[in-house]
Amino acid sequence: MEAIDKTIVQTKLNQLANQDVYVHIETTNGAYASHHNADAYNVGVFMRNATVRYHQAKITGDHTGYRVGLKTDNGWVYAEGVREYEIDTSDRLLLAGHDREGRLMVALQLSRTPFNE
Amino acid sequence: MESHVVVIFPHPDDEAFGAAGTITHFREQGVPVTYLCGTLGEMGRNMGNPTFATRESLPHFRKEELIAACDVLDIDLHMLGYRDKTLEFESKDEIATNLLTYLEALEPSLVITHYPGHAVHPDHNAFGAATIEAIKRMEISKRPKVWAQAITNTRFEDLGQPDVSLDITPYFTKKFETILAHQSQAAGVLGDMDPSIEKLADIIKTKLSTEQFYTWHF
Repeated sequence: MEAIDKTIVQTKLNQLANQDVYVHIETTNGAYASHHNADAYNVGVFMRNATVRYHQAKITGDHTGYRVGLKTDNGWVYAEGVREYEIDTSDRLLLAGHDREGRLMVALQLSRTPFNE
Repeated sequence: MESHVVVIFPHPDDEAFGAAGTITHFREQGVPVTYLCGTLGEMGRNMGNPTFATRESLPHFRKEELIAACDVLDIDLHMLGYRDKTLEFESKDEIATNLLTYLEALEPSLVITHYPGHAVHPDHNAFGAATIEAIKRMEISKRPKVWAQAITNTRFEDLGQPDVSLDITPYFTKKFETILAHQSQAAGVLGDMDPSIEKLADIIKTKLSTEQFYTWHF
């Protein structure tokens, strides 16, 4: 993945608007957070292959942390803290934020075709 | 002497961190070892350091890493095709049935798995529980021994001292090579630390010099 280029990501978000797209959205602090630190809590969520149709999308923020909001007819999809992007060989938009050790903390991914189950 | 050891863990690298020394101990005696690996660690958060994998490419890397690690250990491998983080939500009954098929074919004398309820990661606990369930379904005379690995911080107060404790210092190099085969995971799993080779070697030597298990009583 590369550091986010807002123009490229915004262009891709626009291309995927007004059609059914498959979403992978996720945040995690790992399965061992409270194992390594008794004061910490394990938290995480992911949803994979939800389909969403949005009519408006924006990427905001700067290199310290971008936010993405997708506006649907009856709600929103939101992710904060993405800093890297990739448009992969299957033309999917992958956005992620990693910590200093390269561990994934947040991801938002959009695809016209389903992600592997 | 064991006739066949089957290791049942959910993630590529569980065998490396948890049992590489023990596996090497058996391989050096010529005992065949088979790894039944539940998932491809699809939801791992370590993407290499520096990052080289994405959420989508991670399983491809981890599959190759797992195959390489099993080559280092010289063991057979079956990838069972479950998805990381979801094992506790699958039917335990179905997983046990699947595992039983493998166990009946492989006829191990010893099975190594996680200690259900004492293995921290929900996948570890669920896969360990399904393994115990599978073996429970075997005739008593055909059941292999089970060594269950507990990794909770409270394991000694909860379960007492493990009855199986292997000093794996003689197999350190193998364990180190096995961990390093899991290139996307090695540095991150070992902590927020200098990912240099020398540093990792030190950590493995000091923190991972014994491998311990509790014999399971049915």
